[in-house]
Amino acid sequence: MINYWPLLGIALVVVGFALRFNPLLVVAVAAIVTGLLGHMPFLKVLGVLGHGFNENRYVTIVWIILPVVGLLERYGLQEQARNLIGGMRGATTGRLLIVYLAIRQILSALGLTTVAGHPQTVRPLVAPMAIAAAGKQRGELDEETSERVKAMSAATDNVGLFFGEDIFLAIASILLIQGSLASFGIQLTPFQLSMWAIPSAICAFLIHGARLLLLDRKLARGK
Amino acid sequence: MINLHWLYIFAGAVFAGFAIGSARDPSNAKRWGNAAFWGLLTVSLWFGDFLGDIGNGILVLALVAIAGTHSLGRGTTESTTAEEREASSSRRGNTLFLPALVIPFTAFVGTLLFNYTPLKAAGIIDPKAVTLVLLGTGVILALVICYVWLRPPAFAAVDEGSRLANSIGWAMVLPQMLASLGVIFAAAGVGTTIGALVGAIIPSGSVFLAVLLYALGMVVFTMIMGNAFAAFPVMAAAIGVPILIHQDGGNAGVIGAVGMLSGFCGTLMTPMAANFNIVPAALLELKNQYGVIKLQIPTAIPLLIANIVILYIAGFHL
Repeated sequence: MINYWPLLGIALVVVGFALRFNPLLVVAVAAIVTGLLGHMPFLKVLGVLGHGFNENRYVTIVWIILPVVGLLERYGLQEQARNLIGGMRGATTGRLLIVYLAIRQILSALGLTTVAGHPQTVRPLVAPMAIAAAGKQRGELDEETSERVKAMSAATDNVGLFFGEDIFLAIASILLIQGSLASFGIQLTPFQLSMWAIPSAICAFLIHGARLLLLDRKLARGK
Repeated sequence: MINLHWLYIFAGAVFAGFAIGSARDPSNAKRWGNAAFWGLLTVSLWFGDFLGDIGNGILVLALVAIAGTHSLGRGTTESTTAEEREASSSRRGNTLFLPALVIPFTAFVGTLLFNYTPLKAAGIIDPKAVTLVLLGTGVILALVICYVWLRPPAFAAVDEGSRLANSIGWAMVLPQMLASLGVIFAAAGVGTTIGALVGAIIPSGSVFLAVLLYALGMVVFTMIMGNAFAAFPVMAAAIGVPILIHQDGGNAGVIGAVGMLSGFCGTLMTPMAANFNIVPAALLELKNQYGVIKLQIPTAIPLLIANIVILYIAGFHL
């Protein structure tokens, strides 16, 4: 008989996030409730949670980049990103982000997933450039528009990463697929998997690129 | 051998800097809450292996207590004014980009050197940690260049780092917390339960419906777990291998790769994938913490449809 009660933990996460409680609190409560409903004693749950947290510390290492980004911002990095775009004729938010999407997909397909990212490139470079380009298209930006342009910069980074990385042979997800299928006796080479990531990568570029062009039209209309 | 532990020591020092920088900022009314939060993370990075599982669990509860009682704030002082930054930017021009590009450049050159020279065989760097080791190397190089070139005050890196850290706040540890939740979900058998549920509703006879269920299952399960890696083995076991590959004779390469990519469409739509969706909202100081997800949904849904079509055509008709 399968114990369905631990699924209540998922419901707690959904409700907690929807009601906008502090996400750390939501996750911790959901973890403890799920564990208890899975018939683990409280101390055991606490131990599994602590162990999981300790084993996953590497996830948090990426923040060592903040002092560098902060220092450069102190000396006008974001301003310079804006000035650079301000001096470019024909630079629009959509075109800029399409170029970034292509670069991000190609680099990821070459296995260079960590050369770009939200702290590394989006916050200090891409978002200020996109905002500057939008300013050229539209003049003064209202808050809603600048939120939209910044969020689109982050979204473009994600789409580029997700739908580029699987073309690379030695990326974790390809190795995971290979390993999972091998455990069922299905032997594939990484190439047999990664070649099938190419059609989806092209679709991602076309779909997201089209949305970026639509964003340009929207920005121009508001002028 | 240079492994993750070296990075934990370095990262612990950076987080200690966030704690000190926060405590030094009197314009932040909640500065002691921030200092305690970053201090606890420093303890975790430096001494996590000596605290024991229960000790780490208590540390997690303490972090959650600080964040959950809204004891984190941010300061209002800016080290330089907009005019000073504008002046610095026009004086230094595009050279300002160079230190920022040192980090990706180090990752790029380092990855190539590691993979295509005897460096890998020399065993100096743990292959599992190489990406993060290169990130750390890039950060140290960039910091040195900044200090030599820009000559900021000694505490500038600490103050600027903690300014950014406090603007992101609790979101910085959310990805790690979600990873721990994944461990609990696994221990409580959530994955197997969902696999059994999905397996029980498989339609027989229709390849297209099975493909649809497989792709949607990947999306929904990825949205719940926050990453497609946790979803893939479960969905492969429930539908991918027994139905699509064995029963219907689909192309295993397509089923595997495009199944995973369908899951990635789910990653674009869930707050559980915090490092991609929630952290950037904080990092870019968006008003709406779901602002990035909201904009990704109109890309994710057509892309999911495209993936389902690819699965069906390339998987069964090529």
